[in-house]
Amino acid sequence: MLDIESIRHDFPILDQQVNDYPLVYLDNAASSQKPRQVIDAVSQYYLEYNSNIHRGVHRLSQLATDAYEGARVKVRDFIHAQSEQEIIFVRGATEAINLVAQSFVRPMLQAGDEILISHMEHHANIVPWQMLCEQTGAILKIIPMTDLGELDLSSFDDLLNDKTKILAVGHVSNALGTINPIKGMIDKAHAKSIPVLIDGAQAVPHMEIDVQDLDCDFYVFSGHKMFAPTGTGVLFGKKELLEAMPPWQGGGDMILSVSFEKTQYNELPYKFEAGTPNIAGAIGLGVAIDYMLSIGMANIAAYEHDLLVAATEKVTAMGGVKIIGTAKEKASVLSFMIDGVHPHDVGTIFDQQGIAIRTGHHCAQPVMQYFGIPATARASFAFYNTMEEVDALVLGIKKVQELFA
Amino acid sequence: MSSADLRDLYQQVIMDHNKKPRNFREMEDANHLAHGNNPLCGDTLVVFLKLDGDTIADVSFQGSGCAISVASASLMTESLKGKTLPEAEHIYQQMHKQLTGEEFDHSALGKLEVLGGVKEFPTRVKCATLSWHTMHAAMDSDHDISITTE
Repeated sequence: MLDIESIRHDFPILDQQVNDYPLVYLDNAASSQKPRQVIDAVSQYYLEYNSNIHRGVHRLSQLATDAYEGARVKVRDFIHAQSEQEIIFVRGATEAINLVAQSFVRPMLQAGDEILISHMEHHANIVPWQMLCEQTGAILKIIPMTDLGELDLSSFDDLLNDKTKILAVGHVSNALGTINPIKGMIDKAHAKSIPVLIDGAQAVPHMEIDVQDLDCDFYVFSGHKMFAPTGTGVLFGKKELLEAMPPWQGGGDMILSVSFEKTQYNELPYKFEAGTPNIAGAIGLGVAIDYMLSIGMANIAAYEHDLLVAATEKVTAMGGVKIIGTAKEKASVLSFMIDGVHPHDVGTIFDQQGIAIRTGHHCAQPVMQYFGIPATARASFAFYNTMEEVDALVLGIKKVQELFA
Repeated sequence: MSSADLRDLYQQVIMDHNKKPRNFREMEDANHLAHGNNPLCGDTLVVFLKLDGDTIADVSFQGSGCAISVASASLMTESLKGKTLPEAEHIYQQMHKQLTGEEFDHSALGKLEVLGGVKEFPTRVKCATLSWHTMHAAMDSDHDISITTE
């Protein structure tokens, strides 16, 4: 059991009124709130030891370097990577995917080669690959989806073929909540020597991740969805792959020596971290990991599952509401449509009751096209949400139905 | 925090026009039309105009969107039918002023004033303006054009 009262106390932002109602924050899949511990760690860096990292011989630089590199070790342990050299700090999952697309996949692509993604990807795991296809003449192939919002893997074996140069798939769908069976998919791709990138942006806040057990080649995620500052993120890559890849961006910190004749690149992970990084953000990310681990990932997953089950049951029982995304395995995302009401009207009416949800296409327009809808309303839960907030969601839907009756 | 009232936004007239949009049809003999699209929210609509000289002999629309968007388009078609182009231009300008909180000519808008509540909800103003921008583009062009707002 989680001590929700004590947890909520760690998130000062949750204790406020919006439009004269207590804030009910159900937009966690877009961005989560940050605990006081993370905010304090960021402040402490700026108040006490703000300085550039690496190579500094003075005290503050050493403290900053230790904290920044300490955060990298925390990330390594958090996702069970073998080495901290496999942990690249980036701006977010989007940047990590672009890095892999340009630095790993592009050099080996020829016209007619194939890149395999799924129908339920976030735009961040579609557009970088489309850009790559435009640059190289490669072809984007799509794993189809079912009406439940699950991947249709009946043609998966055929989609993985001699031309497939990478499989890039989301661990958890941001629009539907579906948890994809990535372990089996990775095994199948590897049986044909196809490397695999997993977009874990929606998975990392909700469940334990073990990249060695998954055996994925790349795993990417964003800090701001896991209680850390915005502008932080991680690219995990297997060391031998990262070592063989050319740098993505050039600049300071990613070199060993520079002359006008020749530049020698730095070793991992610094080869991929050109320029001064988001030092405070990375430190905050490390503290966010400490915070999640102090609750326990299994406890988080179990509690959020209870919230999702309760919300799903209550909303289903209401009538006049359709849940979009009814996969068997789901993270705590509830996308829904209220009969006869456009999601943007739902969003405004919810906001007037202090309830923050997301309405729109959730950066997953192909998912909307599949279901033939312009948008959905989406409630997404974190471990600081409560059963009372599930009830607020239900009341919010009732209010919409009354207004539009 | 804002205490704008939902009843100011979702007035009876707006709910009625959302449920039963007027002039919601394709017009086969239209001589002006434009497509409007807001990629951020997915609203799309087509505005059809039949001009007889400088008079709007008929106006209709089709598309999908939120209640504000549909009601605004429906009310627009009612208000513009039979108007001359200069009159329509005047109404368009006054509508724009109303939604941006400027002084406007109340006599020009009449029933359209029910849309004024939208200005208290800044994230929703674009919902109300899409059909008007699309109509304006159709007025100015004798071929099918597309406009995008966000």
